[in-house]
Amino acid sequence: MINRIIGWVDQRFPITAIIKHEATEYPVAPNLNYWWNFGSLAGVVLVLQIVTGIFLAMHYKADVTLAFDSIQHIMRSVNYGWLIRYIHATGASAFFAVIYIHISRTLYYGSYRGPRELLWWTGLLLLLLVMGAAFMGYLLPWGQMSFWGAQVITNLFGAIPLVGGHIVVLLRGDFSVGDPTLTRFFALHYLIPFIIAGAVVIHLVALHTVKSSNPSGLPIADKDNIPFHPYYTSKDLFGVGVFLIIFCSFVFFVPDAFIEPDNNIPANPMQTPPHIVPEWYFLPFYAILRSIPDKLLGVVGMGLGIVILAALPYLDRSKIPGGSRYRPIFKALFFVFIADAFVLGYVGAHPPEGPMVLIGRIATVIYFGYIVSMPFVSKWEESWLRKRGLPAPVQKYLDEQAAGGTK
Amino acid sequence: MSDSKSLDSPDRRNFLEMATGAVGAAGVAAAAWPFVQSMNPSSDVLAKGITEADLAPIPLGESHTVAWQGKPVFIVHRKPEVAAAMQASPGGKDPEPDQKRAKKPEWLVVVGVCTHLGCVPSRTEEGWLCPCHGSVYDNSGRIIQGPAPANLEVPLYHFVGNDKIVIGEA
Repeated sequence: MINRIIGWVDQRFPITAIIKHEATEYPVAPNLNYWWNFGSLAGVVLVLQIVTGIFLAMHYKADVTLAFDSIQHIMRSVNYGWLIRYIHATGASAFFAVIYIHISRTLYYGSYRGPRELLWWTGLLLLLLVMGAAFMGYLLPWGQMSFWGAQVITNLFGAIPLVGGHIVVLLRGDFSVGDPTLTRFFALHYLIPFIIAGAVVIHLVALHTVKSSNPSGLPIADKDNIPFHPYYTSKDLFGVGVFLIIFCSFVFFVPDAFIEPDNNIPANPMQTPPHIVPEWYFLPFYAILRSIPDKLLGVVGMGLGIVILAALPYLDRSKIPGGSRYRPIFKALFFVFIADAFVLGYVGAHPPEGPMVLIGRIATVIYFGYIVSMPFVSKWEESWLRKRGLPAPVQKYLDEQAAGGTK
Repeated sequence: MSDSKSLDSPDRRNFLEMATGAVGAAGVAAAAWPFVQSMNPSSDVLAKGITEADLAPIPLGESHTVAWQGKPVFIVHRKPEVAAAMQASPGGKDPEPDQKRAKKPEWLVVVGVCTHLGCVPSRTEEGWLCPCHGSVYDNSGRIIQGPAPANLEVPLYHFVGNDKIVIGEA
């Protein structure tokens, strides 16, 4: 019976062929390590956020007089409301943790390099969309941090010459963050996840066209690939299990870990809390913003902090394939970059006083220095490595490339 | 210990697949439970499940309406002759003695929601008439004619003294 139904559908829509081609028999490199789990994990977190978000929206009220109390209503009166909200709030942090690890893996293994440019760009677009969703969602509880975070971030657009002030009013629908701002942020916060879901489909179509990169540093021949199911379904599921253990220990034991205490005070447009801190996942970019002593350039620098990463496929000019496997300097600079991001995060979490100002500026220079110096460093590293003598597999690969042209 | 032959047996793999599937299904069901429950009435809604009604201001022969769980409840102060007539009548297509429906003959308490499709019936001399599809109820809230299948529901309630009832508790 079930076979007849599937057969009926297959004659009209290639459901079996799609599942085989894109899932069960989709060919994957056999040597992916656990760093390759984070893409599917990000998908899991997206689903978690959409599901918990829809259930929260059934009880939340996007109105400045009701918003804060409706969160208390969810926490106290709605059945399991506390659980759904804590999953959603912790899920936001989990989303960024997973995405940042996913991006770090891309940088370390050079996964952004050709032919995966579009995969990398759609990924960066997804990062920006998730950031937008997170920022707008953070306003909804209408606490002090919500309000002043939104006030500060919308004010950033005021740095735009001539029309900045008008744009800020347009974004807020009011002269300060107010009821129109809250209502539209709620509408957009509900919309963006579905745009993200669509962008994920594009990301996956691109992935399935160029296939996953792999940690060996060299492309894997098609004949060596293994089917996604059962090898990577089970590996991904195992990763989901480990993730859920960590995630649930936050949700059930330290659910307030990612909720600023000040956000349990209702928004007060007349008084700013003494120390405004963004959520941890914005801290490095916030530090870049504060390190540049000019309003417009600060905003530009913060935006460039992400946008400039899109240029990496072209800035990395080395002919040595892959990422860190055969490129010691590339590898060392990767760790400098990651450490620098942590330093920026630390600086962003502290008031811009004393040594923090200088450390922030140095870290900002290193952040952009890593990216801007890459064309020169990658070329210089390549010639240095060639002079030293390349490992046999790399030499063989380069010879094949030279003989066969672009294959 | 298993030898390599039994390790390769497809039965082992099938068992593992079944066990994994069963654990996964149980996990999904357990995870779905809080989400489904969150759609049920929250504790503040449940707190509205009890309504107190004062009977003193209701004149003889009149009906008052109070809200209970967001629904109208009719409280009728019946004249002795009306109560007697109702006790004598068996009811219509859903027969039920009036003595079982009214705790005291002079007070009738019924949920004012038509058992057909949920409209609120209008008060008439003889009982109620539902404006939506013409169901007719008598002065005991019993269905006499029309499409409604059952009598108007008698909510859980109890008297506190002579002049007060609590609806929602037996």
